[in-house]
Order: sequence, then structure tokens, then C-alpha cells
Amino acid sequence: MNFLLVLEWLIKGFVWTLVLLGGFAYLTLYERKVLARMQSRVGPNRAGPWGILQPIADAVKLIFKEELTPAKADKLIFTLAPVITVVPAVVITAVVPWGPSLDIFGYHLNLYIADINVGVLYIMSIASIAVYGIVLAGWSSNNKYAMMGGLRSSAQMISYEIALGLSFVSAILLAGSMRMLDIVTAQGGYWFHILPKWFVVLQPVGTGIFLIATLAEVNRAPFDMPEAEQELTAGYHTEYSGMKFALLFMAEYTKMIAISAIGATIFFGGYNGPFVDRFPWLGPIYIFVKIIILLFGMIWVRATFPRIRYDRLMAFGWKVLLPLSLALVFITAAGIILAQQVNSHLIIVIPLASLLVAGVAVALIDRTLRRKDYARR
Amino acid sequence: MRVVEPVVELARGLWTTLRMMFDKPVTIQYPEQKKPVKVRFRGRHVLKRYENGLEKCIGCALCAAACPADAIFVESSENTDEQRYSPGDRYASTYEINMLRCIFCGFCEDACPTEAIVLGDQYELSFTDRRQSIYPKEMLIEPVPADANPTPQKTTPGVYTRSVPEMKDPQD
Repeated sequence: MNFLLVLEWLIKGFVWTLVLLGGFAYLTLYERKVLARMQSRVGPNRAGPWGILQPIADAVKLIFKEELTPAKADKLIFTLAPVITVVPAVVITAVVPWGPSLDIFGYHLNLYIADINVGVLYIMSIASIAVYGIVLAGWSSNNKYAMMGGLRSSAQMISYEIALGLSFVSAILLAGSMRMLDIVTAQGGYWFHILPKWFVVLQPVGTGIFLIATLAEVNRAPFDMPEAEQELTAGYHTEYSGMKFALLFMAEYTKMIAISAIGATIFFGGYNGPFVDRFPWLGPIYIFVKIIILLFGMIWVRATFPRIRYDRLMAFGWKVLLPLSLALVFITAAGIILAQQVNSHLIIVIPLASLLVAGVAVALIDRTLRRKDYARR
Repeated sequence: MRVVEPVVELARGLWTTLRMMFDKPVTIQYPEQKKPVKVRFRGRHVLKRYENGLEKCIGCALCAAACPADAIFVESSENTDEQRYSPGDRYASTYEINMLRCIFCGFCEDACPTEAIVLGDQYELSFTDRRQSIYPKEMLIEPVPADANPTPQKTTPGVYTRSVPEMKDPQD
């Protein structure tokens, strides 16, 4: 029995890693196709029908490219940095449950790899480790641009991690647990038979903060400061080529998938959906669709908004998102107490008060941006 | 105090990109689909012939003189009534254009007294060797019209004495 359990873990871990890596390859194609269509182009369509072999062609190209190491680079760390970046991106999703438990041929199969009782904390800590890889990559290249990119990246990721963590806190309060499974279970069911009990309904502003902080966390446009081409050539991976570059690239896109999976789990109901209690195999399909939609959102935002200036990025993170998410934690806690002590319908205080506070934040940003001397600061 | 407008502005940007997604792409799948060139497009040179198959080029080398890139090389020889290539006394026995030097300015076209050299609509001019960049007369010259004889032709003496034909002003 014990052997079977180990085998099950091995197989699940292997399958999930393969899903992530294959997903990374096809995410690049997905992004290129969607971006192309948004720019009135067709995107890659030469390798195979509709370009579906393009990721394979890219992989072959990168494998056979020459790998350069700068003469004065710290060789050990230069080689290690891509690995340090990739590993957290892959292991971070271990706690994400992708379906309710299944019974296959009389064998009870849990559709998650690890069930940690502090799952959200695990996610936050692993997300922080990813910063190391990027900083070390930037530093060990012995290149000014790479160094600047790595520094910017670390500053940005640490700043936005606070807002990210605080947006998780409201979800933890609503679920009353840090276990990912409990968070998903708490989002099952409906209000008035139509509105799903997802936390995005209860805490829309928290979800918004999560989505914004996520973009900064995975260095995506419009917060792709670490690799602002006009300023830093390619940022922390300027000196990387061949397979090492592919690893850094892979980490970036795997992180996108991972953070979408986490967002789908914490705020968008995870594997919950219609009929999932009757047909458990629908769970992985639902979470897959949710991940695809969240990824589409990231690509959509990249196609739409220009990169914001670095100092404004930091100002936005510290002066807007941090106070706002602190206020949201307070509102959520107060709303839960109200709902428990007075009347369970008072839970509606949470979304209403959150939207009110967010409105105040938007008005304040608007006023600041309209000040005549703002651009000169 | 503006609360709704900033959000609406962001949403308008997102709506624009989403709408463009369902537009028809402007891409032309080049090797399969080709866009017709413009009327005054200047592509690869073509050496023209008269309707009876004689070459228009009389080997005067004015095109070579006009060429700012020095891409054209012309060598002329004597026509005889036994072996006639073009009207008049002389014809181009060698006519070479170096496509690496040519800048497609069309001055050769303007300089030509017989309208023999014309910049055509051919733009797929790739080669893999420097030596292939020199296009000889055989590549440039127009094929012989279907009802005409190839050059050299045997002609009756005293007919083709005038090397430059009667010209009219261009119409287009």
C-alpha cells in the first residue's frame, strides 16, 4: 500500500510537471497567436497546421544554439541562476488542487500533489524564492544592463508581493483556512441559485489587486520593468543564450501558468463549476478553462497597455496597492464578524465597502495624476 | 473627483484590442499570395524587342553612361544584313547588369533612345553567389514574339537603316 502511494505521488508529480512544461511551450504559441490577432496579424502559421509545431521548432533552435558565458561572469552562479528560477516556478503549483477526488478502478485518487495546511503560505514563500534566481542571473552576468534588470526585478517583486499576500489574506479570512482544498470547498455552491460563491464575487477589489500584483510578480507588461527593452536591452537575461535563456524564458511562462492556476483556485472557485459534484472529472476541465481565461487576460493586457514608468510603478505598489489591500483586509474581517454576530446577509457589506474604498483610491490617483507639477516629480 | 471615468478609459483600451481580434488580418501569405505591383514599380530590367523579333537595343551604352551605380556594361558589334540583331548599324553583343550594384533608379530607362531597356515588375531577385548577381543579356532580354523570327535575322538590304525609331510621346 505504501509503495502504491509513493507510485501515485511520483506519477502525479510527473504528469503535473509535464503539463506545466508542455503548457509553457503552448502558452508561447497562444500568446503569439492572440497578440498577433490583436495587432491584425496572423501569427506563426508555417510550422505545422496553424503553427502548432512552432514551439517544437523553437525548442530545437534554442537547444542547438551556442551558449556563451561572459569572460568575467561568475560561472557557477551564472549556470545555477536559470535553475534557481525554474524550480520554484514548477513546484509552486504543487498545492493547487485540480479536481475533487476520483475513484478509478476502485482506487481512491486525490487530484492534488500536496495537501499542506498552510498552502497559501507555501505559495508566498516559493514565490519569494523565484526572486533569487533573477537577481543572481542579473548579478553574475557582469553586465550593467543585466544588473539593473535584476535589481529592478527584485525591488518590484518584493514590493508587489506585499499587496499580493494581503490580497490572499482576505481570501484566507473568507475561507477560514490556509489549506487550498478548504479555500476551494468554501467557494462551492450558489447564492440565489445563479451567482457562484466564488471569492471574486465577495471580494472583487481583492481579486483586482491580485490580478495587478500578479502582473508585476511575473514581470509581465505593463509592469515588465526588468526587461524594458528600450532601457535595459533584455534586462537580467541579456547575457544568456541557448538553453540557459530557454530556462529563464520557461520560468517566466511557467510562472504565468502557475499564478493563473493559483488565482483560479483562490478567487475563481478552483475546480468548482456546474455538476462537478456529480461528475468529478469535470473539475480538471473547469480549472483548465479558468487558467486559459486568466492567461488570455494577461496577454490582453499586454496587447493593450503601455509600460509604466519605474518610479510610478513603485509609487503605485507602495502608495496605492498596499494601503488599499490593508483596508480590504480590515473590511473583510469586519464584514465576517458582522455576518457572524448580527445577520448572515450582512456579508454583502464586504463587496460594497471594498468597491467604495477602491472608488476612493481611483479618485485619489486621478487627482494626483491631474496635478500640474506631477510629471516633473 | 472622477471615479468612473478612469476605469472606463482603461476598459475602452481593452475593448479596442478585443475588437481588433475579430478583424480580418492584413497579412498577405507572401510566397503563395502575391500583391500586384504598382504601375510605376521599378523591378528587374527587361530588354525589349520589336514586333518582328529584332532587338530594340542598339548598343549605344547611354544607359551605362547614365547609370549612377555603374552597374551596366555594354559592348556593341556591327550588324550586317546577313546577321541582323537590331535595326541600324550596331547591336549589343554583350549586355550585363550587376544586380548587386543596381539601385533601381530607372535612369537607364530614361537615357535609352530606343526604349529598349525597361524596369519590369520582377522583384524576386535572390541569388546565393556573387557571380550570379551579374545578369547577362540572355536573362534580361524579352522572349521572341510568337509570330516572329529569333535574332540574328537575315534581312533585305536597305530596310533597317534607321537605328532609332520614330517616337511618340509616352501616353501614361
